[in-house]
Amino acid sequence: MTEAEIMHVGIADAKIVAFPQHLRTAGLGSCVGVVVYDKQKKIAGMAHVMLPDSSLAKQTQMNRNKYADTALDDLIANLLRHGARKSRFKAKLAGGAQMFSFLSSDEKMRIGPRNIEAVEQKLREYRIPIESKDVGGSNGRTIEFNTDTCGLKIKTVSKEEAII
Amino acid sequence: MYDLRYITDDQLDALKEAGNIGAGNAATALSTLLRQDIDMKVPAVRICHFNELIESIGGAEQPLAAIYLRVQGDAPGNMFFLLQPAEAELFVHYITGDESFSWSNTSNDDINLSALHEMGNILAGSYLSAISDFAKVNMQPSVPQISVDMGGAILANGLIEIAEESDYTVVIDTVISLSDPNQQQHMVEGKFLLLLHPDAFGHLFRALGVEEDD
Repeated sequence: MTEAEIMHVGIADAKIVAFPQHLRTAGLGSCVGVVVYDKQKKIAGMAHVMLPDSSLAKQTQMNRNKYADTALDDLIANLLRHGARKSRFKAKLAGGAQMFSFLSSDEKMRIGPRNIEAVEQKLREYRIPIESKDVGGSNGRTIEFNTDTCGLKIKTVSKEEAII
Repeated sequence: MYDLRYITDDQLDALKEAGNIGAGNAATALSTLLRQDIDMKVPAVRICHFNELIESIGGAEQPLAAIYLRVQGDAPGNMFFLLQPAEAELFVHYITGDESFSWSNTSNDDINLSALHEMGNILAGSYLSAISDFAKVNMQPSVPQISVDMGGAILANGLIEIAEESDYTVVIDTVISLSDPNQQQHMVEGKFLLLLHPDAFGHLFRALGVEEDD
């Protein structure tokens, strides 16, 4: 995988690529990075979601990629438009950490676990199986999805790299 | 809530002044404590997209040592004091005189970590109390927390509530630095970031006398 082939997904952002392009998002904390892919077509979409639920939005014109529910709706619709097949969809996810422990007492700030739950809930609604995940904990993660092997590489500051 | 698109130059200047007073007070507190000169840069205030903010601290993946606290009261928000991890170690060595401290071998009960905590308390407390006094608004800091991790992962914590209303944030950013007294060279540079909650602006602008009458 060369740097030129990697598409970077920002915070509250989503992208769709096909092999030989790959996907990457950096510095996931309480945010969740979710990948939905069709292994046969080698098409994948990645979203970096910040918040669980778009019904909480106080914006009139909201960025749909910021919320777990709307980001997944759009990601799945776009994958289908690009010729991916729903019956072959699988998902992987990472992130949803709790970076600072004092936040655990404040329900509103338990955002990591709520993001994980919202992403998983949405995947259940679409009946997309979760192949693997690396979620929770208290550390940041950078993830890279290889559209050829469908491996999701997890990098952290202090632990060994892993592919899930 | 305050629509960031309509913030005026006068309002940004007022926030810059508040940042200047806050960081100035924090630098003075640190200088008194360490009996050493602290340099402070003119604060920067800007409105930027979340991704720009993360780029401005070295990118989402860049490891940083962060002292983080939440601010409650009339002008709520999130505050960070950010250091390069290696410089944070030097800072701890300087404060405690214990040169064995390093991020790779520290535990939660490390006295050196408590010293850094306390430093965060003093810096953030003096920063916020100066703004609070200047603007006559109530700002209550939480107990600080320390994390050494990827910059994006750390900063996102300060953006959660803002994200419910916008993809942009006002950043009040001030750099202070400490020089090595013997070698007269830069040793530690720390950055204060104050990310105000959208609810804070109306109150703060009224208090600072830069409220737009519309």
